[in-house]
Amino acid sequence: MKPTDLRFTRTHEWVYVDGDVATIGVSRFAVDQLTDLIVIDLPEVGRKLSEGKSFGEIESVKAVSDLYSPIDGEVIEVNRAVAADVQILAQDPYEKGWLIKAKIADPAQVEKMLDHDAYQKAIAEESH
Amino acid sequence: MPTDTLAHTPLHDWHVAHGGRMVEFGGWSMPVQYTSVIDEHKTVRERVGLFDIGHMGRLDFDGPGALDWLERSTTNHVSKLAIGQIQYSLMVNESGGVLDDILVYRRGEGYLVVCNASNRAKVVAQFESLRGDFRANLIDRTLETAMIAIQGPRAVELVQRVLPEHASLSAIRYYHFEIAKSIGFDTVVSRTGYTGEDGFELIISGDRAVAVWEALLAEGVESGLRPCGLGARDTLRFEASMPLYGHEMDETVDPYSAGLGWAVKLNKGDFVGNEALRALKKAPRWKRIGLALEGKRIARQGAIVLAGEREIGRVTSGTFAPTLEASLAMALIEPSFAGDGTRLSVDVRGKVEPATVVPLPFYRRVEKG
Repeated sequence: MKPTDLRFTRTHEWVYVDGDVATIGVSRFAVDQLTDLIVIDLPEVGRKLSEGKSFGEIESVKAVSDLYSPIDGEVIEVNRAVAADVQILAQDPYEKGWLIKAKIADPAQVEKMLDHDAYQKAIAEESH
Repeated sequence: MPTDTLAHTPLHDWHVAHGGRMVEFGGWSMPVQYTSVIDEHKTVRERVGLFDIGHMGRLDFDGPGALDWLERSTTNHVSKLAIGQIQYSLMVNESGGVLDDILVYRRGEGYLVVCNASNRAKVVAQFESLRGDFRANLIDRTLETAMIAIQGPRAVELVQRVLPEHASLSAIRYYHFEIAKSIGFDTVVSRTGYTGEDGFELIISGDRAVAVWEALLAEGVESGLRPCGLGARDTLRFEASMPLYGHEMDETVDPYSAGLGWAVKLNKGDFVGNEALRALKKAPRWKRIGLALEGKRIARQGAIVLAGEREIGRVTSGTFAPTLEASLAMALIEPSFAGDGTRLSVDVRGKVEPATVVPLPFYRRVEKG
């Protein structure tokens, strides 16, 4: 996925939409901020997602952070490779490091997310 | 805490200019890391790392009453110190709770106390409250000096190259120090550290700090030296199972519970907390232990330790140990559960994770030669 084709949350998740399926991951900025990733906890297939609610957690040496769902929906696929080895996410957050795929309940929620430019502005502000 | 109220070491601007990620620690703005905690940690275990530890408190004592004042205020036996020797010690309150853990250096004349950044005001106030008739002065040198740690298997050779006029630094024994003149007046060079590796800590005048830091960096290129932040300092001290104030001990924890009874000399004469500690020694409330978790999730400070369903203590520090590649924790638990190999569990954010009691320290370096 090219970052410019993605939508982002202010909590650093990204979404790629293909029909009614959303692929969800976390941004390069988030990965770089966390550094030293140790382990990731991802949901099971069939888990219901709610916008803004935690669907898992990611842990680094320094801290543990929740992963927040950008949308309402239902998990239809989990990236088992990343669940087993979180370094895949550290190396490649936009391709091999995707986290889950979900059936989208409300496409309007994706439209509300930040586009790539708006996200770049948001993280520039956060860095200062 | 707003960042503009934080104290700065003389190296603060260097850290900011070189990618240090600055965080609040003990009232100071300090670099938690430059690149990655794990990379910086491994640099110290395998080569040599450079730390700004200028946030630590540095208190000079002089005058004829300094020794008695220190004996009255601390738990270890200060009069056992030879000139040039350093002692790990504690300050406790009247009920035996730890106010701070400190290092006491005996100079040719007078003493130097190094205390934790977050406790400096409290430590100074405690000393002042115990001054009584002792004919001595306490001079807080923290803000006019800098403190730099050089740690790792290549630390001694590196510091020797930066201090060529000071013959045979390698002869300085562990927990001893000498005064070097070659990089500025009265530089304290001590064979101490908080990483589990060999190395030195330097105390220098603040206006020389950047020059000395950059000399070490330049000379350290061939040794694989890197600047390291407080994140790596914490994982390093954790693997070496050195206690950290505010984690393994605080004013509610006595030295015996924290595994620091060896730094309490009950028969040295009167000192603050002596009576309380005499009673606590017979039945410490907790025992500090190591825990190895089965999974990778980290049991952090405050996580409840369980024996079956029963709460028996709490985690004081936990991380993923970079050298040992395991999720480990230190905890204070009821002493009856503290035997090595005891199967316990930890409530890690609502999910119970199996854990086994393991011996401390987690990591001990292999001595060369």
